[in-house]
Amino acid sequence: MQQEWILGLIGGGIIGLGGAIYLLSNGRIMGASGIIGGVVDGSAGNQRNERLAFIVGLFLVPTIIALWVGGFDTHVTDNLVVLLAAGLLVGIGTRFANGCTSGHGVCGISRLSLRGIVATVFYIGAGGLSVVLFRHLLGVI
Amino acid sequence: MRNFMAFIAGSTFGTGLLISGMTDTTKVQGWLDIFGAWDPTLAFVMSGAIIPMAIAWRLAAGRTPLLGGLFPPRPEPRLGRNLIIGSTLFGVGWGLAGLCPGPSIASLGFSGFGGITFVVSMLLGMWLAPFIRAQVDQLSSDSA
Repeated sequence: MQQEWILGLIGGGIIGLGGAIYLLSNGRIMGASGIIGGVVDGSAGNQRNERLAFIVGLFLVPTIIALWVGGFDTHVTDNLVVLLAAGLLVGIGTRFANGCTSGHGVCGISRLSLRGIVATVFYIGAGGLSVVLFRHLLGVI
Repeated sequence: MRNFMAFIAGSTFGTGLLISGMTDTTKVQGWLDIFGAWDPTLAFVMSGAIIPMAIAWRLAAGRTPLLGGLFPPRPEPRLGRNLIIGSTLFGVGWGLAGLCPGPSIASLGFSGFGGITFVVSMLLGMWLAPFIRAQVDQLSSDSA
Protein backbone atom coordinates (compact mmCIF):
# COMPACT_ATOMS: atom_id res chain seq x y z
CA MET A 1 0.00 0.00 0.00
CA GLN A 2 2.69 2.45 1.04
CA GLN A 3 4.70 1.63 -2.06
CA GLU A 4 1.65 2.45 -4.22
CA TRP A 5 1.42 5.89 -2.63
CA ILE A 6 5.11 6.53 -3.33
CA LEU A 7 4.69 5.40 -6.93
CA GLY A 8 1.62 7.64 -7.08
CA LEU A 9 3.66 10.62 -5.93
CA ILE A 10 6.52 9.88 -8.36
CA GLY A 11 4.15 9.14 -11.27
CA GLY A 12 2.22 12.29 -10.41
CA GLY A 13 5.45 14.29 -10.54
CA ILE A 14 6.11 12.90 -14.03
CA ILE A 15 2.56 13.84 -15.09
CA GLY A 16 3.22 17.39 -13.84
CA LEU A 17 6.56 17.41 -15.68
CA GLY A 18 4.70 16.58 -18.92
CA GLY A 19 2.36 19.49 -18.25
CA ALA A 20 5.30 21.78 -17.49
CA ILE A 21 7.04 20.83 -20.76
CA TYR A 22 3.88 21.45 -22.79
CA LEU A 23 3.31 24.81 -21.12
CA LEU A 24 6.86 26.18 -21.16
CA SER A 25 7.84 25.03 -24.66
CA ASN A 26 4.56 25.14 -26.62
CA GLY A 27 2.64 27.58 -24.45
CA ARG A 28 -0.32 25.23 -24.16
CA ILE A 29 -2.35 23.84 -21.28
CA MET A 30 -2.02 20.07 -21.00
CA GLY A 31 -5.68 19.09 -20.84
CA ALA A 32 -6.37 15.68 -22.33
CA SER A 33 -10.05 16.30 -23.10
CA GLY A 34 -9.33 19.62 -24.81
CA ILE A 35 -6.43 18.22 -26.85
CA ILE A 36 -8.44 15.18 -27.99
CA GLY A 37 -11.81 16.95 -28.28
CA GLY A 38 -10.40 19.73 -30.45
CA VAL A 39 -9.12 17.15 -32.93
CA VAL A 40 -12.44 15.27 -32.90
CA ASP A 41 -14.75 18.26 -33.46
CA GLY A 42 -12.35 20.16 -35.71
CA SER A 43 -11.97 23.16 -33.39
CA ALA A 44 -8.21 22.60 -33.06
CA GLY A 45 -7.58 24.43 -36.36
CA ASN A 46 -3.87 24.86 -37.06
CA GLN A 47 -3.01 23.20 -33.71
CA ARG A 48 -4.20 19.88 -35.10
CA ASN A 49 -0.78 18.32 -35.83
CA GLU A 50 0.67 19.46 -32.53
CA ARG A 51 -2.21 17.84 -30.70
CA LEU A 52 -1.99 14.65 -32.74
CA ALA A 53 1.71 14.44 -31.85
CA PHE A 54 0.78 14.75 -28.17
CA ILE A 55 -1.85 11.99 -28.49
CA VAL A 56 0.57 9.69 -30.34
CA GLY A 57 3.12 10.07 -27.52
CA LEU A 58 0.43 9.55 -24.88
CA PHE A 59 -0.67 6.31 -26.55
CA LEU A 60 2.60 4.95 -27.90
CA VAL A 61 4.98 5.19 -24.97
CA PRO A 62 2.78 3.43 -22.37
CA THR A 63 1.97 0.77 -24.98
CA ILE A 64 5.67 0.14 -25.61
CA ILE A 65 6.41 0.00 -21.87
CA ALA A 66 3.50 -2.44 -21.41
CA LEU A 67 4.77 -4.68 -24.21
CA TRP A 68 8.24 -4.55 -22.70
CA VAL A 69 7.27 -5.48 -19.14
CA GLY A 70 4.46 -7.83 -20.19
CA GLY A 71 1.33 -5.74 -19.73
CA PHE A 72 -0.48 -3.85 -17.00
CA ASP A 73 -3.78 -4.72 -15.44
CA THR A 74 -6.41 -2.07 -16.11
CA HIS A 75 -9.37 -3.98 -14.59
CA VAL A 76 -11.69 -2.37 -17.14
CA THR A 77 -15.19 -3.77 -16.74
CA ASP A 78 -16.52 -6.08 -19.45
CA ASN A 79 -20.02 -4.62 -19.12
CA LEU A 80 -20.41 -2.94 -22.52
CA VAL A 81 -23.50 -0.95 -21.54
CA VAL A 82 -21.59 0.60 -18.63
CA LEU A 83 -18.61 1.36 -20.89
CA LEU A 84 -20.74 2.96 -23.61
CA ALA A 85 -22.67 5.08 -21.10
CA ALA A 86 -19.50 6.08 -19.24
CA GLY A 87 -17.71 6.98 -22.48
CA LEU A 88 -20.55 9.22 -23.65
CA LEU A 89 -20.80 10.93 -20.25
CA VAL A 90 -17.05 11.54 -20.08
CA GLY A 91 -16.92 12.76 -23.70
CA ILE A 92 -19.89 15.13 -23.46
CA GLY A 93 -19.20 16.22 -19.88
CA THR A 94 -15.56 17.16 -20.37
CA ARG A 95 -16.38 19.18 -23.50
CA PHE A 96 -19.20 21.02 -21.73
CA ALA A 97 -16.94 21.73 -18.76
CA ASN A 98 -14.01 22.56 -21.06
CA GLY A 99 -11.66 20.29 -19.15
CA CYS A 100 -11.09 17.11 -17.21
CA THR A 101 -8.73 15.76 -14.55
CA SER A 102 -5.58 16.99 -16.30
CA GLY A 103 -6.79 20.39 -17.53
CA HIS A 104 -9.01 21.52 -14.65
CA GLY A 105 -7.37 19.32 -12.02
CA VAL A 106 -3.61 19.44 -12.56
CA CYS A 107 -3.20 22.59 -14.67
CA GLY A 108 -6.11 24.58 -13.19
CA ILE A 109 -5.55 23.95 -9.50
CA SER A 110 -1.80 24.59 -9.84
CA ARG A 111 -2.49 28.18 -10.99
CA LEU A 112 -5.29 28.50 -8.40
CA SER A 113 -7.94 28.87 -11.08
CA LEU A 114 -11.43 29.17 -9.58
CA ARG A 115 -12.94 27.30 -12.54
CA GLY A 116 -10.45 24.45 -12.15
CA ILE A 117 -11.07 24.12 -8.42
CA VAL A 118 -14.87 24.22 -8.74
CA ALA A 119 -14.85 21.74 -11.66
CA THR A 120 -12.67 19.36 -9.63
CA VAL A 121 -15.00 19.58 -6.62
CA PHE A 122 -17.97 18.74 -8.86
CA TYR A 123 -16.45 15.85 -10.81
CA ILE A 124 -14.99 14.22 -7.71
CA GLY A 125 -18.30 14.70 -5.87
CA ALA A 126 -20.29 13.30 -8.79
CA GLY A 127 -17.79 10.46 -9.18
CA GLY A 128 -18.18 9.54 -5.52
CA LEU A 129 -21.98 9.57 -5.78
CA SER A 130 -21.76 7.55 -9.00
CA VAL A 131 -19.75 4.81 -7.30
CA VAL A 132 -22.10 4.77 -4.29
CA LEU A 133 -25.16 4.57 -6.57
CA PHE A 134 -23.95 2.09 -9.18
CA ARG A 135 -21.80 -0.08 -6.93
CA HIS A 136 -23.43 -0.10 -3.51
CA LEU A 137 -27.09 0.62 -4.30
CA LEU A 138 -27.63 -0.83 -7.78
CA GLY A 139 -24.72 -3.28 -7.88
CA VAL A 140 -23.99 -2.82 -11.62
CA ILE A 141 -20.25 -2.08 -11.29
CA MET B 1 9.81 21.34 -33.26
CA ARG B 2 6.38 22.14 -31.83
CA ASN B 3 5.17 18.68 -32.82
CA PHE B 4 8.27 17.05 -31.38
CA MET B 5 7.88 18.80 -28.02
CA ALA B 6 4.17 17.95 -27.98
CA PHE B 7 5.14 14.33 -28.55
CA ILE B 8 7.63 14.50 -25.66
CA ALA B 9 5.02 16.09 -23.38
CA GLY B 10 2.44 13.42 -24.31
CA SER B 11 4.98 10.65 -23.76
CA THR B 12 5.93 12.06 -20.35
CA PHE B 13 2.26 12.40 -19.37
CA GLY B 14 1.55 8.81 -20.44
CA THR B 15 4.57 7.45 -18.56
CA GLY B 16 3.48 9.28 -15.42
CA LEU B 17 -0.07 7.94 -15.69
CA LEU B 18 1.30 4.42 -16.01
CA ILE B 19 3.77 4.65 -13.10
CA SER B 20 1.24 6.33 -10.81
CA GLY B 21 -1.26 3.51 -11.39
CA MET B 22 -3.90 5.79 -12.90
CA THR B 23 -4.44 3.39 -15.81
CA ASP B 24 -5.81 0.89 -13.27
CA THR B 25 -9.54 1.58 -12.98
CA THR B 26 -9.77 -0.08 -9.55
CA LYS B 27 -7.44 2.61 -8.13
CA VAL B 28 -9.59 5.41 -9.50
CA GLN B 29 -12.85 3.83 -8.37
CA GLY B 30 -11.17 3.01 -5.06
CA TRP B 31 -10.46 6.71 -4.53
CA LEU B 32 -14.07 7.63 -5.33
CA ASP B 33 -15.48 4.83 -3.18
CA ILE B 34 -15.55 6.48 0.22
CA PHE B 35 -17.93 3.82 1.57
CA GLY B 36 -15.81 0.89 0.35
CA ALA B 37 -12.11 0.05 0.58
CA TRP B 38 -10.97 3.66 0.14
CA ASP B 39 -7.72 4.03 -1.82
CA PRO B 40 -5.97 7.41 -1.32
CA THR B 41 -3.44 6.93 -4.18
CA LEU B 42 -5.13 9.51 -6.42
CA ALA B 43 -4.54 12.25 -3.86
CA PHE B 44 -0.79 11.49 -3.96
CA VAL B 45 -0.83 11.55 -7.77
CA MET B 46 -2.64 14.90 -7.84
CA SER B 47 -0.28 16.44 -5.28
CA GLY B 48 2.73 15.09 -7.12
CA ALA B 49 1.49 16.55 -10.41
CA ILE B 50 0.49 19.95 -9.05
CA ILE B 51 3.97 20.72 -7.64
CA PRO B 52 5.95 20.79 -10.95
CA MET B 53 2.99 22.44 -12.65
CA ALA B 54 2.82 25.21 -10.06
CA ILE B 55 6.56 25.82 -10.59
CA ALA B 56 5.96 25.93 -14.36
CA TRP B 57 3.26 28.62 -13.95
CA ARG B 58 5.72 30.64 -11.84
CA LEU B 59 8.42 30.32 -14.50
CA ALA B 60 5.91 31.34 -17.15
CA ALA B 61 4.98 34.60 -15.43
CA GLY B 62 6.29 37.59 -17.39
CA ARG B 63 7.91 35.40 -20.07
CA THR B 64 6.91 33.87 -23.40
CA PRO B 65 6.92 30.17 -24.42
CA LEU B 66 10.27 28.78 -25.67
CA LEU B 67 8.81 27.99 -29.08
CA GLY B 68 7.10 31.35 -29.51
CA GLY B 69 3.57 32.61 -29.09
CA LEU B 70 2.01 33.62 -25.80
CA PHE B 71 1.06 31.77 -22.64
CA PRO B 72 -2.66 31.09 -22.22
CA PRO B 73 -4.32 34.01 -20.42
CA ARG B 74 -6.04 33.42 -17.10
CA PRO B 75 -9.65 32.48 -17.75
CA GLU B 76 -12.37 34.79 -16.47
CA PRO B 77 -13.28 33.53 -12.99
CA ARG B 78 -16.83 32.91 -14.21
CA LEU B 79 -18.32 29.54 -13.34
CA GLY B 80 -21.38 29.17 -15.53
CA ARG B 81 -23.88 26.44 -16.12
CA ASN B 82 -21.81 24.42 -18.59
CA LEU B 83 -18.88 24.06 -16.18
CA ILE B 84 -21.13 22.68 -13.43
CA ILE B 85 -23.31 20.43 -15.62
CA GLY B 86 -20.32 19.20 -17.62
CA SER B 87 -18.19 18.39 -14.58
CA THR B 88 -21.10 16.54 -12.98
CA LEU B 89 -21.76 14.42 -16.10
CA PHE B 90 -18.04 13.75 -16.43
CA GLY B 91 -17.83 12.69 -12.78
CA VAL B 92 -20.68 10.21 -13.14
CA GLY B 93 -19.00 8.60 -16.17
CA TRP B 94 -15.60 8.66 -14.45
CA GLY B 95 -17.05 6.78 -11.47
CA LEU B 96 -18.88 4.28 -13.68
CA ALA B 97 -15.85 3.12 -15.64
CA GLY B 98 -12.89 4.44 -13.64
CA LEU B 99 -11.53 6.04 -16.79
CA CYS B 100 -10.96 9.66 -17.79
CA PRO B 101 -9.64 10.96 -21.13
CA GLY B 102 -5.86 10.84 -20.46
CA PRO B 103 -5.63 7.33 -18.96
CA SER B 104 -8.13 5.92 -21.48
CA ILE B 105 -5.73 6.81 -24.33
CA ALA B 106 -2.60 5.86 -22.36
CA SER B 107 -4.01 2.38 -21.67
CA LEU B 108 -5.61 1.84 -25.08
CA GLY B 109 -2.83 -0.54 -26.14
CA PHE B 110 -3.49 -2.97 -23.26
CA SER B 111 -7.03 -2.32 -21.98
CA GLY B 112 -8.60 -4.76 -24.45
CA PHE B 113 -12.01 -4.57 -26.09
CA GLY B 114 -13.51 -2.81 -23.04
CA GLY B 115 -10.97 0.00 -23.23
CA ILE B 116 -11.54 0.42 -26.96
CA THR B 117 -15.32 0.50 -26.44
CA PHE B 118 -14.94 3.27 -23.86
CA VAL B 119 -12.64 5.36 -26.08
CA VAL B 120 -14.90 5.04 -29.16
CA SER B 121 -17.90 6.08 -27.05
CA MET B 122 -15.94 8.98 -25.51
CA LEU B 123 -14.85 10.23 -28.94
CA LEU B 124 -18.48 10.06 -30.08
CA GLY B 125 -19.52 12.08 -27.02
CA MET B 126 -16.82 14.68 -27.74
CA TRP B 127 -18.00 14.91 -31.33
CA LEU B 128 -21.66 15.27 -30.26
CA ALA B 129 -20.98 17.85 -27.52
CA PRO B 130 -21.00 20.99 -29.74
CA PHE B 131 -24.38 19.99 -31.24
CA ILE B 132 -25.91 19.31 -27.82
CA ARG B 133 -24.47 22.57 -26.55
CA ALA B 134 -26.10 24.47 -29.42
CA GLN B 135 -29.45 22.81 -28.64
CA VAL B 136 -29.20 23.62 -24.94
CA ASP B 137 -28.25 27.22 -25.67
CA GLN B 138 -31.21 27.58 -28.02
CA LEU B 139 -33.64 26.07 -25.51
CA SER B 140 -32.47 28.38 -22.75
CA SER B 141 -32.64 31.44 -25.00
CA ASP B 142 -36.19 30.46 -26.06
CA SER B 143 -37.35 30.20 -22.48
CA ALA B 144 -35.61 33.44 -21.48
